Amino acid sequence: MQMPEPDRQVIAARDDLIGALRAIVPGEGVIADSDELSAYETDGLTAYKMRPMVVVLPETTGQVADILKLCADRRVKVVPRGAGTGLSGGALPLADGVTLGLGKFNQILEIDYDNRCAVVQPGVTNLAISQAVDQDGYYYAPDPSSQIACSIGGNVAENSGGVHCLKYGVTTNNILGIEMVTMDGEVLRLGGRHLDAEGYDLLGIMTGSEGLLGVITEITVRILTKPETARALLIGFPSVEAGGACVAGVIEAGIIPGGMEMMDKAAIHAAEDFCHAGYPLDVESLLIVELDGPQVEVDGLIETVSEIAKSCGAISVRVSESDEERQRFWLGRKAAFPAVGRISPDYYCMDGTIPRKRLPDILKAMSELSKKYDLRVANVFHAGDGNLHPLILYDANNPGELEKTEEFGAEILKLCVEMGGVLSGEHGIGVEKRDLMGAMFNEIDLNQQQRVKCAFDPEGLLNPGKVFPELHRCAELGKMHVHHGKLPFPDLPRF
Amino acid sequence: MSTQFRPTEDTQVCDVVAWALSDGTPLEIVGHGTKSGIGRTVNLSATLETGDLTGITYYEPSELALTARAGTPLADIEAKLAENQQQLAFEPPDLGPLFGAPAGQATIGGIVGCNLSGPRRVKAGAARDHFLGVNAVSGRGELFKSGGRVVKNVSGYDLCKVLAGSYGTLAVLTDVTLKVLPAPEKTRTVLAFGLDDAAAVRAMGEAARSTLEPSALAHMPKPVATGSDVSYVAQADASVTAIRVEGTEQSVLYRCERLRELLGALASVEELHGHNSATLWRGIGNVGPFVARPDRPVWRLSVPPSAASAIVNEIDGVCEADWYYDWAGGLIWLAVDPGTEDGGASIVRGALAHAGQGGHATLVRGDAELRARVPVFQPQSAPLAALSARLKAQFDPQGVLNPGRMVTEGR
Repeated sequence: MQMPEPDRQVIAARDDLIGALRAIVPGEGVIADSDELSAYETDGLTAYKMRPMVVVLPETTGQVADILKLCADRRVKVVPRGAGTGLSGGALPLADGVTLGLGKFNQILEIDYDNRCAVVQPGVTNLAISQAVDQDGYYYAPDPSSQIACSIGGNVAENSGGVHCLKYGVTTNNILGIEMVTMDGEVLRLGGRHLDAEGYDLLGIMTGSEGLLGVITEITVRILTKPETARALLIGFPSVEAGGACVAGVIEAGIIPGGMEMMDKAAIHAAEDFCHAGYPLDVESLLIVELDGPQVEVDGLIETVSEIAKSCGAISVRVSESDEERQRFWLGRKAAFPAVGRISPDYYCMDGTIPRKRLPDILKAMSELSKKYDLRVANVFHAGDGNLHPLILYDANNPGELEKTEEFGAEILKLCVEMGGVLSGEHGIGVEKRDLMGAMFNEIDLNQQQRVKCAFDPEGLLNPGKVFPELHRCAELGKMHVHHGKLPFPDLPRF
Repeated sequence: MSTQFRPTEDTQVCDVVAWALSDGTPLEIVGHGTKSGIGRTVNLSATLETGDLTGITYYEPSELALTARAGTPLADIEAKLAENQQQLAFEPPDLGPLFGAPAGQATIGGIVGCNLSGPRRVKAGAARDHFLGVNAVSGRGELFKSGGRVVKNVSGYDLCKVLAGSYGTLAVLTDVTLKVLPAPEKTRTVLAFGLDDAAAVRAMGEAARSTLEPSALAHMPKPVATGSDVSYVAQADASVTAIRVEGTEQSVLYRCERLRELLGALASVEELHGHNSATLWRGIGNVGPFVARPDRPVWRLSVPPSAASAIVNEIDGVCEADWYYDWAGGLIWLAVDPGTEDGGASIVRGALAHAGQGGHATLVRGDAELRARVPVFQPQSAPLAALSARLKAQFDPQGVLNPGRMVTEGR
């Protein structure tokens, strides 16, 4: 992976920069010691490592603004970092860059039940928000599987999802406002506790921008009332096709489940061996369908989904009769990644989205690719919204196996795009999928995206080397060729 | 002499923009023009209409997604979805009649371009939340795409968000892909009579926070309720608070009963079924109460619900106005007397500022002279306005797309 060439002048001026950063963030907030820096050299995508030039951990928005202004003045690159759980290398440091960690922004500032929102700092974990409002009967809907560790600021940067997205939306549908700092140190507030933007929807474009447009210092999230009840079905099928047909059948019946997750045989066995959730082992695919809402509605829908499952050839259907049983159904799914981690020295988690009905096609293609690369693959799948997480099993100690794994992964993602899907459903492009962007977008598309960055960060100092395969200068992107000789355009319909 | 372009192909849209660039003639961008009255008056000599870019090009009910060309009438899309018991969950309103146009003329591009959402927005999200993918032509005359046909997608910046609600000032939409959802099996609306504004907003808040999952919550003070198309509302001789539940039959009957108990503790209650319920909410979403007197400036305020009744109270104290609340109090529609100084801009925005809870006010209807004189959209802080201007310049460097529609300064 080619990263921007380190700027030697910036590296040479490192000591001076550290001094200037310490003047902004006193004490232990500036990390310059080589051993301590090593803790920051990677994020959740551990295959990529780079020691940052320096790490700074500010505690106030004012400090963030001062740091960014200092870096902008000195033309020093900045990599924002939340909890470092991202799976696409979005927080991969730069050798000549400052890693700006937001871990000390860890306070829940206000809970406002009247307006059904909470104001939180970006370093608060996703789960901590739900926990803070749980006793009053509320929760924050997006629930990525890393929710115990991942930060809400990182969730906004990556537009994170989770198992409840089909019914309750992803991060962008669940936040009302942010405070952010631009690369030149300007503090902006977008949105608030009201709905919809007053001008261009900058909040919408910040969400999922992977730390390339600004540093988020405060977030107002929507909180929802917990449903009256939730029940789940655990359904086993003799084939992947039958499971896929059941997913389509549920949606066609007008049902939007709270969660609808699928696992393939490899994932079912790994999960069952790991946590003994009671999954059937004689099935090719397993579906967990969770329905939530008023009791009377859930009970009715459970019946309907059972019937659809049977009509699709389900060989086992279990319905949770208690909340404890419902949670046991989820146990294996939620532990699927570590479970797979137990049966292989390493695994590589992919993240593409496809139209739901192409599921059997992509699983078939993947099993062929698995033979071609001689690497095993286990699949967990947010079936409700078409988001795939193939886990490729490999051993990094075998020379060349990581490279082979990455090639396998790239083929899967290109297939997702060919089937009408996208490169990333919820993990982001980062460095991992950067060079695949051309499979989805042409040069005009990518240039228009980069022009958006020019509006926020014209010098390209914020998180460069991520998302875009080629970096262009804003001046170059701004050039336009206009024919000033009046062109006739004879074919245009005019009235 | 004015020129109107009505392209039928995406490439012709590129050609029109290229012509505008070469000729130095900015373009007014419209679908069918039903909402041309929103925003500052553009007054341009050349118009690009997307009304001939029509047709649903992709619709897979089980994928919950639909792609249509931008000029496709909303009515056609809704009819197609209804064949499969599906709908656009953000409940797009038809604002044509508010501006004196016939009903049913809106295009999907216009709805998305103005980010217009109806009463269900409070539960299901706005147009922008259902906008999955786009093809559009920038002010550079280049056709670009963003997003896709799937709901989960973090592949590059989400340009759909910034195009939704950009009123044709960033790019000309040519194709839009929208998330679609099942239409509810059953709908019921519970009415509560005689609550004052503050009590109604509190009651709507309580219902919104309950497990009853209301899909719409509105309050009409007596003068507005009296003009309703629904006789139960018009003849109530009192203010009317309306809360809607939707879903499976059993669920709706159960929740309707629980809502009657909740509201019954505060006021006398009634319920609306099928046709009456649909008529009521259509009127609320379409700003039906303010269609009749086109001389009155109409404001749309988006506020935190807890601040709503105090803001209205302040406005009511200093000018002649009618108003009603949607989105559980988060949306206020307000019509002011035509004689009000600057169309009520200082009063309305002053009340927002005094409440100190954020939010924004848009002058949705006003004559051209008024819209030229007062900022139609909520004025932004200097740094935010500067960023928005830089963003506009990155999409439309020569200012050929609807220049001046959203802001006075710059292009």
